[in-house]
Amino acid sequence: MATTVGVAEGEPIVQLTAKDFKGPVNPDWCAGCGDFGVLNSLQRACAELGLRPHEILTVSGIGCSSNLPGYFNSNGMHTLHGRALAVATGAKMANHELTVIATGGDGDGYGIGGNHFVHTARRNVDLIYVVMNNQIYGLTTGQISPTSTIGMRTKSTPFGSVEMPVNPITSAIMNGATYVARGFSGDIKHLTQLIVNGIQHKGFALVDVFSPCVTFNHDNDNNFFKNRVQKLEDLDHDPSDWKTACEKAMAWGDTIYTGLFFKEEIPTLGGREPVLEDGGPLAFRPLGLSKEQAEKIIQRML
Amino acid sequence: MGSRNYDFALAIGGEAGQGIATPGDILARIFIRRGLHLNAYNAYQSIIRGGHIFLVVRVSDEEVYTHGDSMDLLLCLNQDTMDRHLGLMGPGSRVMFNADSIKPGDAGDGVHLCGLPVGDLTDNSRNRLLQNTVAVGGMMSLTGLDFKVLEDSLRLRFQRQGDAVVEENVSVARAGYDYCESNFEPFAVAMPEGLKPLAFWSGNEALAMGGAAAGVKFYAAYPMSPATGVLHWMAQNARNLGIMVRQVEDEIGVANMTIGAAHTGARAMCATSGGGFALMTEAIGSAAMMEIPAVFIDVQRAGPSTGVPTKTEQGDLWQALGASQGDFERFIVAPKDALDAFNTVPELFNLVDKAQCPGIVISDLLISEGRFSFDPDDVDMHPVIDRGELITEPSNTDGYKRYAYTESGISPRALPGLEGYVHLVATDEHDEDSVLISDEFTNPHKRRKMVEKRARKFQGVAKNVSPPAIEGPADAEVTLIGWGSSYGVIKEAIAQLADRGVTANQLPIKWIVPLNGEAIIDIVSTCKRTIMVENNYSGQFFRYMRSETGLNVDGHIRKYDGEPFMPHHVVDGVLEQLAGKTTCYVPYQEVIV
Repeated sequence: MATTVGVAEGEPIVQLTAKDFKGPVNPDWCAGCGDFGVLNSLQRACAELGLRPHEILTVSGIGCSSNLPGYFNSNGMHTLHGRALAVATGAKMANHELTVIATGGDGDGYGIGGNHFVHTARRNVDLIYVVMNNQIYGLTTGQISPTSTIGMRTKSTPFGSVEMPVNPITSAIMNGATYVARGFSGDIKHLTQLIVNGIQHKGFALVDVFSPCVTFNHDNDNNFFKNRVQKLEDLDHDPSDWKTACEKAMAWGDTIYTGLFFKEEIPTLGGREPVLEDGGPLAFRPLGLSKEQAEKIIQRML
Repeated sequence: MGSRNYDFALAIGGEAGQGIATPGDILARIFIRRGLHLNAYNAYQSIIRGGHIFLVVRVSDEEVYTHGDSMDLLLCLNQDTMDRHLGLMGPGSRVMFNADSIKPGDAGDGVHLCGLPVGDLTDNSRNRLLQNTVAVGGMMSLTGLDFKVLEDSLRLRFQRQGDAVVEENVSVARAGYDYCESNFEPFAVAMPEGLKPLAFWSGNEALAMGGAAAGVKFYAAYPMSPATGVLHWMAQNARNLGIMVRQVEDEIGVANMTIGAAHTGARAMCATSGGGFALMTEAIGSAAMMEIPAVFIDVQRAGPSTGVPTKTEQGDLWQALGASQGDFERFIVAPKDALDAFNTVPELFNLVDKAQCPGIVISDLLISEGRFSFDPDDVDMHPVIDRGELITEPSNTDGYKRYAYTESGISPRALPGLEGYVHLVATDEHDEDSVLISDEFTNPHKRRKMVEKRARKFQGVAKNVSPPAIEGPADAEVTLIGWGSSYGVIKEAIAQLADRGVTANQLPIKWIVPLNGEAIIDIVSTCKRTIMVENNYSGQFFRYMRSETGLNVDGHIRKYDGEPFMPHHVVDGVLEQLAGKTTCYVPYQEVIV
């Protein structure tokens, strides 16, 4: 296991495998749930990047998919419904050397946490947000989510939903996210690559993943996506072109695009913040004021 | 107060946008540099232009705990101020106004009306703010201060705006000074000089400085009156002090971001008022469940809902007590004044670090936006910092349990990022190894153990909190019980009662949780007559104290009109109760602002 890697200098660093990122508990997701593919991809991505569990902080909200930190070997925070991005931002700012991975579902991220989604994107916080989007509320036994399509019948919409769904990809691009991708839990290889690139990206990376709910969403199941997804990487798509990216993201017919829609290199929140320039993570800096700092404060109040 | 040689209150009234703050600030700085004690209360409304703003600045050679009962000098910047407040001015007082534009009404006996021909004195300048400078000059003359004192102060204040501005202000101030010197009788007692120069601050600045001294490295906020001053101080000082300051999209984000920063090891704090605090509450419960220490400040204003945004009240006690769903431990502390607020923040950080739980500070508009003199020597910028059982070094051993069951209930806390201490924290109930208990079956025995662990650690740490104590003569006829910001007004009321032949003492409560109910029972059981003083309608603290101690009190003094108590309100309440007229006295607010 990764945590047995020695701290003494000179000890060989063992290359970890996806298995090393397996958590202490087995997932309690339904058999066939898309989230297994996402967890698997995340584990592979971290191994591929040569990350070590203690260097990672995985932050989730609440929902089926938000149980992920318990199944993943890294530092984890299983926080409140909708609040993963706010907590993750605070954590990243206080220790910017951590690799911060936020995970959750569509209700958690685009519904109750929608406000934080908007603002984390515009701040370009250097973290990756992996959203397991199943277009349904699963843990509450099947109601519409912000990404459910019009007409979808659920327990809360027995006569069909009359609300337009949110489009996570265009929303993220419009709100200032600098790495915006969509994956499919049924294509682990592709998803792993999107996550690898997203973690490496300096800035806010959204990886929205079609992660079908086998129990409550019978409209958008594995086959629905399998027959429709087309990778942008197989097309001539230019990820710096936000307009085409949005057009492609709006497609919801026989073809639904996955892959990297948009990417831009601009300074991150931490990168723009002078307080982080020197001195290492805030969390490890000495507490208390210097004599000079204290004197200066009092002087101003005389 | 009887022992005071000098006790002087000036008031400046006008509308928002007329620049009341500038003369108020110039005068306040002059007073504290002379070593005089100061207490200022600014009554204002939630508008940027117009309305009625009323600043009262009280100075004395002794410590002042409130803005007082009366005004000696009133400066009217508009007709409205004259119309509202002239009737409150007593014999010997001075009322200053721009005689070109303001008509005095019928002044009471012995009130000196001091009209200034502002147009003549400013060469008919179109700069309307100059009337304030003329008036400051006039006020200096009336209080018997040398013009040089003001001149130096004006030069310092306006130097950045260039020589022309400096000279213009000095010249019109001089004109106002000279005009008053020749035309009006100054106050009989000239303003004295104190022992040494003092400094001044608002309670919000004190809270922010307390955070900085405690080692806060992360501060987040959403602007909300009357807590915004904490954000402003933090933002201003962030870069010098290495504090990350974030203005966040809402208070839900504020609280959660604060918790995220706290979890990784930074001392983290946030402040808001009641409405924002309501949004923070779920997160406060999550800090308790995940065992993350963080400090949340609620600067109370009059509620409910948007309420009276710029007025004070002690109405959020039950909100703090009940913040978040579930049954869990949190520290709650209500500082008694600005200096106490400053000292409380580092103390609270040590407690929450040791107990790994949330801590709540209850301030209010009176403390937070009031301005008070302080002696810099009383301010310890290097308080003791105790982070409790915190693991900050990596290890090459395995098997760390974040929520390990221990005798003290305290599980040594490792920061994320350390090798050998990979761990999960969870808002779901969990076992000592962080595994959610609902992941197996909802094990009732594990749940019970964890609830008891959290309670045990809190109780152990809470023992460090000093119990409340009586202040004043032990055998007093009346004991006044208050909490938080009522400390100062009760203290002054007690002095006034002594002058009226009534001996009273005070039981000030600062720590709401832990309350130290046993100590309160011991104290109250020896008191002859107890009267509870609260700035709310329903007696929130009284009901809380009764629930914790079973104690009743003999009477109440309550105020809930948005304005703070003045000392005579409390005095009148005590006297009425001693005369048997009432058991719940609600004072009438004379100053309508």
